[in-house]
Amino acid sequence: MTLAGWIFMLCSLLLVLGASIFCYARVLSSSAATEHMHAPLDIDTGDRQD
Amino acid sequence: MARPAEHWGTRIGVIMAVAGSAVGLGNFLRFPGQVVNNGGGVFMIPYFCALLLLGIPVCWAEWTLGKAGGRLGYHSCPAILGAVGRHRAWHYVGALGLLMPTVVYVYYVVIESWCLAYACHYALGRIDLGTVPGEYVARSAEFFQRMVGTDQDGVMIAGGLHPSVWFWMVTFALNFFLIYRGISRGIEKFCNIAMPVMALCAVAVLVRVLTLGTPDPTRPEQNVLNGLGFMWNPKPVHAGENWLTSLAEPKVWLAAAGQIFFTLSVGFGVIMNYASYLRPKDDIVLSSLTASATNETFEVCLGGLITIPAAFVFLGATGAVGGTFGLGFNTLPVVFEYMPAGRLFGFVWFFMLFLAAITSSLSLLQPVIAFLEEALHVGRQASVTILGLVTALGSLFVIYFSRDLAALDTLDFWTGNVGIFLLGTLEVIMLAWIFGARRGHAVAQEGAELRPPAWMFTVVMRYITPAYLLLVFALWCYWNAPAYLKTLARGGVPLLSVAVIVTILVFFLLMVHLASRRWGPMLARTRDVVVMGGSEDGT
Repeated sequence: MTLAGWIFMLCSLLLVLGASIFCYARVLSSSAATEHMHAPLDIDTGDRQD
Repeated sequence: MARPAEHWGTRIGVIMAVAGSAVGLGNFLRFPGQVVNNGGGVFMIPYFCALLLLGIPVCWAEWTLGKAGGRLGYHSCPAILGAVGRHRAWHYVGALGLLMPTVVYVYYVVIESWCLAYACHYALGRIDLGTVPGEYVARSAEFFQRMVGTDQDGVMIAGGLHPSVWFWMVTFALNFFLIYRGISRGIEKFCNIAMPVMALCAVAVLVRVLTLGTPDPTRPEQNVLNGLGFMWNPKPVHAGENWLTSLAEPKVWLAAAGQIFFTLSVGFGVIMNYASYLRPKDDIVLSSLTASATNETFEVCLGGLITIPAAFVFLGATGAVGGTFGLGFNTLPVVFEYMPAGRLFGFVWFFMLFLAAITSSLSLLQPVIAFLEEALHVGRQASVTILGLVTALGSLFVIYFSRDLAALDTLDFWTGNVGIFLLGTLEVIMLAWIFGARRGHAVAQEGAELRPPAWMFTVVMRYITPAYLLLVFALWCYWNAPAYLKTLARGGVPLLSVAVIVTILVFFLLMVHLASRRWGPMLARTRDVVVMGGSEDGT
């Protein structure tokens, strides 16, 4: 593995990992990240059928 | 009574679903081969350029169009393009957004079933490459050949169903079971589980590969460090030159653009459909960037460190080069044969590939389901049944014409390569020129947790991305199309495969024609409704 190889590999990994960490930190710090945004159709009571 | 509208359950669920759609076999099998064959580490320069100037803008175009269409109550590509483009002709252009996912699903589900078959064979210890290391490569190739029937057409069905067909049936049924459950209960729930499991599996294999050291002391040069070097060391495309000359090679830039387009799942109409289930105040900028970053993590950090180094360590430089199928289904089983605890890691690897594939194939079905529901006003059961019949017939065509994988290869060329470039280009032109770059920016800004720079819409999406796409598309056709056209001229399975694509396109055009009569009056109403973030001049 040459020095240039190390540089390309580490820069690529750090760039991608850095972007991922930044994005997930922003998403998860938002209160809406895991709470339900809408009223999902999780519960089907069957009483909405015609 | 009108059916209640479907929506995503959670924000993270949308991101997982879009990322799951993007992360597929290409991340682990196609990307490493592209890097090795196109200059090693230096390939990452055109790769990241393509990501910024092509991948992210087309992603944002799809997310924005989807969100704008969703607020008008549309979820399918023909309806969204027609409503946003405010002309009936766009409905018909949108048929491409049905053709691509359908045809790609038809052959992708077959490849997906191979991954499941390999995973099961590893779990049950049925992959036997013999006891003579020198015969591993030949026996692995023979196993794959027998499993997919590359010897002759019809071998998978002749004299009873081949075991691989049973795996295809299970995979096919699982896809349709999950899609039948809907957006929130089917796709989202499955992706929320599958994505973390996939990451765990990939990390387990990565740790195993990086701790292999020098497995054969008689070949000290075949070690992990040299394997990483084989992948990442910058090198010239033509021997004897400086590695910087790789950057002057148009084919390297073309390969990078193709890989970005392929890996982000843009140009399929999938993201547009997924984004249409968001609410007006939901963020799309950060969500799209997070989904893209997740895909890149799987591709660069996991795909880039596993496949080639593992193959190099056991097989050397000559064994670590190959296409997607060669690397994935011929070379890696040999690697697992050599590797300590190879059976376990073989299972983990192929199970991970299966999860990567199924999260992608699920996303290919939803846009068409949404269209059938919108166009025919039928329920989910009916739309799933219609699509199931169409795709089952198409998939059986791929399975039957298995010789040299000619049918699969032709379908992949015309839709998975040419088609997605075409639709992606049309989408970005639609957003920047028809819908309006400023309007697009305004829609993207609503609810955005990360402000998108205006110049990404007004400069990059308007001029740079379309020009980049058209140049890449023209060069790509110039280099690749003649060979495929010559194949078509000889007739046979390739020509038949194109006939299948045309038949499916005609079917969708007829459906769109029927639906456009219903959409016409609604379209006229949308012209009067100010829902698009103001006028193009920014007022």
